[in-house]
Parts: sequence; structure tokens; C-alpha cells
Amino acid sequence: MEDKEQTRSLPRSPAGPGERRMGRRGVLRLLGVGALGIAPLPILPSLLRSALSGRLVRSRGPVARTPDGRIRQWSMVIDLRRCDGCQSVDRPPQCTAACIEGHFAPEPMEWIQVFEGDLPGGGTQFIPTPCQQCQNPPCVNVCPVAATFSTPEGTVLIDQERCIGCRICMAACPYDRRFFNWGKAPVPPESQMAEYSAEHQVPAKRGTVMKCDFCPDMMRDGVLPYCVQACPNQAIYYGDLEEDVASNGDEVIVLSRFLSEDQAYRIKEDLGTKPRVYYIAGHGEDVGRDVFKKGRLPTRWPWAEKVKGARTWKR
Amino acid sequence: MEEVTTPRERLERTVLAPVTGTSRWYYAWVAFLLMVIAWGVYAYSRQLHDGLIVTGMRDRISWGLYITTFVFFIGISHAGTLISAILRVSQARWRTPITRMAEFITVVALVCGAMFVVIDLGRPDRVLNVIIYGRWQSPIIWDVLAITTYLTASVAYLFLPMIPDLALFRDRLAGRVSGWRLRLYDLLSVRWRGTAAQWRYMGGAITTAMILIIPIAVSVHTVVSWIFAMTLREPWNSTIFGAFFVAGAIFSGVGTLIVVMAVLRKVYHLEEYITEKHFVYLGYLMAAFALIMIYGNISEYLTTGYKMEEGAEFHFRQLFLHQFAGFYWFYLIGGLVTPGLLILMPWTRNIRGIVVAAVLVVAAMWVERYFIVVAGFRVPLMPYEPSAYAPTWVELSVMAAGFALFALLITIFVKVFPILAVWEVAEDLEGPELAPEAGRLPFGAAPEPAGGGNR
Repeated sequence: MEDKEQTRSLPRSPAGPGERRMGRRGVLRLLGVGALGIAPLPILPSLLRSALSGRLVRSRGPVARTPDGRIRQWSMVIDLRRCDGCQSVDRPPQCTAACIEGHFAPEPMEWIQVFEGDLPGGGTQFIPTPCQQCQNPPCVNVCPVAATFSTPEGTVLIDQERCIGCRICMAACPYDRRFFNWGKAPVPPESQMAEYSAEHQVPAKRGTVMKCDFCPDMMRDGVLPYCVQACPNQAIYYGDLEEDVASNGDEVIVLSRFLSEDQAYRIKEDLGTKPRVYYIAGHGEDVGRDVFKKGRLPTRWPWAEKVKGARTWKR
Repeated sequence: MEEVTTPRERLERTVLAPVTGTSRWYYAWVAFLLMVIAWGVYAYSRQLHDGLIVTGMRDRISWGLYITTFVFFIGISHAGTLISAILRVSQARWRTPITRMAEFITVVALVCGAMFVVIDLGRPDRVLNVIIYGRWQSPIIWDVLAITTYLTASVAYLFLPMIPDLALFRDRLAGRVSGWRLRLYDLLSVRWRGTAAQWRYMGGAITTAMILIIPIAVSVHTVVSWIFAMTLREPWNSTIFGAFFVAGAIFSGVGTLIVVMAVLRKVYHLEEYITEKHFVYLGYLMAAFALIMIYGNISEYLTTGYKMEEGAEFHFRQLFLHQFAGFYWFYLIGGLVTPGLLILMPWTRNIRGIVVAAVLVVAAMWVERYFIVVAGFRVPLMPYEPSAYAPTWVELSVMAAGFALFALLITIFVKVFPILAVWEVAEDLEGPELAPEAGRLPFGAAPEPAGGGNR
């Protein structure tokens, strides 16, 4: 009871005799110490970055330039008039197959995937769909750690050595063009020997996101991407908007004229993502496909031997 | 049993009872929870070993149970701090016996919720990249900032009004409990002696904390919704999402608070302090939020459903007619309408009816979070067959462990800390005249609502 008395009956004077009072000076001192304590917070990340930069350098080559020094603006045009989903060669889509072999893309990733879209009247068209390389990329906007980023050439890359696997970029991508390494990737053992680069994402890393990288490393050496090379009907053009030129490996075109005269469009243009991949409407008519002939062969992953303990998964 | 005389002594005895005596059932309950958690840890170790392939998530439905549980926990974290702060600001005196529990639910739910984001990561080993390379443009970083701020503020807001009670424990329990506990109380009671200056400082601190915490709490669930609303997916492309999530958070938070209150009241015999009045008042709050949720649903679905853009039709069919219809109608009828009716009908407006309503609300809000995540992902973006998602045993085990951890932390808390805000309840029991702060301050000199004792 005495205890209670002591606690609850309060002296009416503002402070007891033994109590330390905090004056204005004390408050100011406290504020000063607090400010000093908080001040380093904004520079803390950069300190950490510089301390770790030896290990976590973003792997990307030099910027590609035109002969007179302007930065290349990589771009792709897919002429759907020439795409028959590889029905005429009676094989799975060759763009996808070549991309998989070139990048050791784990099953079930089809970085360039040939979708079959419905047309009015019941016919179908085949739509090869790589990463659309948006200029207002929703995936880059939401990435918390800048693991996915836009390059000066206008492409979007992923640094699998920085990605934390939160997958918000997959939620943000309106084209379903991002793929996650859910488990140990089912890839051949030789892929493990490649030197990793964000421009050529081999070997695949578990727990990170992957996608079409637009092959900037090949283009820097003047080699067309795997998908362009492999198309039996030369339906895919790859080029540089800055120099206004593109090629399908067979002919060279003036990009601006081609896009305008053939009324190129982009997928989901109204979303405002500004893709760098253009399409010319069609259903394979230029290579003799009947619009009502449906279906394509399923994509196959060619490797007989896979790394130990790897399992495939469904998309 | 010794005869107790004053209400104050009875209050102290009730509050000290859980700390001084432990029943066999308590150990059994803790053992059960630890078993569930251990099983969840084993499941998570499988996930660490094999990768997220052990879950049911895949590329096209790339978030599932974990993110659902994260959103749900962050939601119920609004039980405490926000409710307690709003009631304190509005000087609702009936709040005093429930604020402590409410505030503790907040802290525990935040810890459990934040855990699930890390569990969902493909590379938990790189979680520090969020600090090293964090970009403020990303909604994930908004979440990290908001949740850590909220957690800090909630801990402060839990701790500040607890100081006098910790001092009480320190004084009353000397010699009756083990040494580490006394040292803990001694440390945490920060040399509280109940002087007028100490009361004044604490009152000021509580006032500041309670005013700061309201916008912080609102911001937290708003940015959680923006993880979804900042994407280009049809079902998430909504301006109402932030407000809708905040309303849903408070709704499920009140539900959780009612359930926890009912359990602790039974187990620790708090009937004298937590009365039917508290259930009815919180029930009214829940009914009000049920109406807000119904309004939010109508706003959301009528504006999109009337126009029926591409994608919206698919979403409507899967929610109202096909895949998710059974559970979705449970959410609408069982989770929004029925609880409202249970509370508003006079013959079910009692503790049992309101607890049933609260259980329905909590279950329905979990279901709603699940559909926001999974059904949102299921709407196809390109010409492909809609994919399916079914959680695996790993996800279910880890989720169960999350809920077990929530229960365990509350169980441990009531064992160590004062379950009721003793000094605030005492003020009510003894009447404002006897309250410690009555007469302590000149009228209108300082923000009074912190103690709430000027009436």
C-alpha cells in the first residue's frame, strides 16, 4: 500500500527535488546529436555500394554506336505476312528453337514465343513475341534494386547477379515476357562454363528473372540475333532506328519507310509502354499459309543431358 | 481465496495473474504452436534447398499464398495502432481495457507480415540489395520504408503507455518472479517513479505518437495496395485500391481484435474489464466498415463491369460465375453482409454473435486478399490458356507456421507484459477525480487526450 501511495499521490510541484530537469540547452544538445546520428543515413547505401563494388559490377559491354558516333537504337520489325508458325517447314517455330539453343534457355522459357491469335471470322495468325523492349518499361519502373534496367540503346536488360527474385516485374509486364527460374534450371552442363553477362544470360541462375535480352552483344559484333537468323521465311527484321536501317539477313530496308508504308503497329499500343518491337499485320499470306490452317508444333528443348538435380516446370 | 477489497487491487491481481501463475494448458498450447512452427521451418528449409519450384507459383501466377498472407497480416496490423490511436484522439473512454491488446496485435502482425515478403523472395540471400541498391521509384521500396516506419512507431506507441505498468510490475513482482524478468521490467520501466514531470513528458510523447501514427498507418496499407495498382493488369488497375485496402485493413483488423479479445478474456478471466459493451462498440465499428467495404465493392465492380472492357469480362466471370465463385460469394455474403446483420440485429448483438461475425470477417478478408492476388494474375495477358494455381504443402505449412508464430508471440506477450493498460483502466475505475493526472495540468495547458482523463 505504501508503494501505491508513493506512485499515485503526486507532488503538486512540477519536479521533485532529485529530478533532473531538461532545459532548453539540453533539448538542443539532444536535437544536435540526433541530427548527427541521422545525417549519414542517405549516404549509407552509397558507402555500402562502394565497399562492395568490386564484386557487384553490372556486366554490360560498351555502348553500340554508328560510324559517326551516335548511339544505336536497336529495334525489331516482325512481318506477320511472312510468319506461318513454321507450318511450311513442319517444325516447331525456328526463331524460338534457335533462341533456346543460343541462350541455353531453360525449359519452359520461350523468350521469343509464337502465340496463335484469333482473327475475326475464325482464322488465326501467328505472333512471334520477344520482349517488347519498352521505352516506358513497367518492369524497370517497379524493380526495387535496379536489377532490370534500360540501356542507352533502348533495350531492357536484367542483371541476374543483383535480382532478388521478388517478381514484381513479372506482375508489371503486360506482355507475359518475363520468366522465373523456379528451381535449378534444366540446362546442359556445358552452359555452366559460360561467362555470365547481362547481355547474354548464361548460365541461368536460380531464383532470378530472365527474358529476351535483344542480343546486344551479337549486334555489337555485327551479327544478327539467333531468332532473325533462324527464321526460314525471313519474317524478322532487326536494325537501328538511329541509322534508319534494318535487315532480316536477306535484304536491307529503310526502317522508317518500311514502318510507315506497311502500317506497322505495336502490341497493346494504348498502354503507353512504347515498345521497340513493331509488327506488320498479316497471317502468313506471303508464304502461302491458309488462314484457317491452325496450330503449330510445340517447342522442344533439345538437350539430352542436363545438369544434375535439375527439374523442369510448367509456365 | 483471499478477500480483495478495492477495485484497484482486484485489477492489479487480474493483470498480475498471467505473469505469476502458469497452467498446464499454457505449456500444451505453446508446445503445439512450436510444433507447427517447426514444421513450417522444415517446409521453408525445403524451399531454400530446392528453390521456389516447391511452391505452386509459376510464371503466370507468380505470387500466391505468401503475398496473400503478407497483405493479410499487414491488414490486421491496423487492428491495433490505428483503432487505439483514433479512439484516443476522440477520447473514447471505453477503449482503455482493449488498447494494449490492440497495439500488441499491430506489432506482432507487422513482424509476421514482413517475414512473408522475405519468404516469397527467390533470392533471400540478397535481401540486403534492397538497402544497397534500393530505388525510391519502386513500390517495393515504398513498402519497405512504410512498414519499417510503422513498426518503429508502433513499438514506440506500444511502449510509451506501458511504462507506468512496467514500473508497477517491477514493484509488485519483486521476489515473486525470476531474476531476468525483474531486470527486464527494471530496464523497460526507465526509472519511472510516477512524478508529475514524468507523467507530463509521457502524456506529451503519447500525444505526439498517436497523432503521427494515424497517417503512417494509412500510408502503409495504401502502399501495399500500390504494389498491385502500379502495374498494368486489368483487375488491379484501379484508383480506389489504396482506400479500399485501408478500409479492408481496418475491417479485418477490428475482426482480429474481437477474436483475440474474446480468447484472452476467457483464458485470463478479464470479464470484469472487457465487457459486452466493448464487443458491441467494436462490433458497431466493424459494421460501419462492412458498409464501407460494400460501398467499395460496388464502386469498383460497377464502374468496371458496366463498361466491361476486355479483361474485365474474364475477371468478372472467374470471380462471380466460375473458378472462384464459391469463395467469392462467401466473401460478399458471408464476410460483408452477414457480419453486418449479426451486429445490427438486436437478438444477435451479444458477445457470441459478434465473435461469430468477427471470425467470418477475418476469414472473408483472407479470401478477398487471396482473390486480389491470384485472380488478378490469372487474367491472361496474351493469347494463352489461363493458368491455374494451387498452393503446395510447403506454402500451406509455412503459412500455418506464420499464423502459429502470430499466436505464439501474443501468448508470450501476455505472459510477460501487462495485458491491460492498468493505469488507464484504474482511472476509469477510480473516477476522474482520483485519476493521477487530474489536477496535474492546468486546464487546456497540454494536449489532454493522451491520458484521456479530463472528463
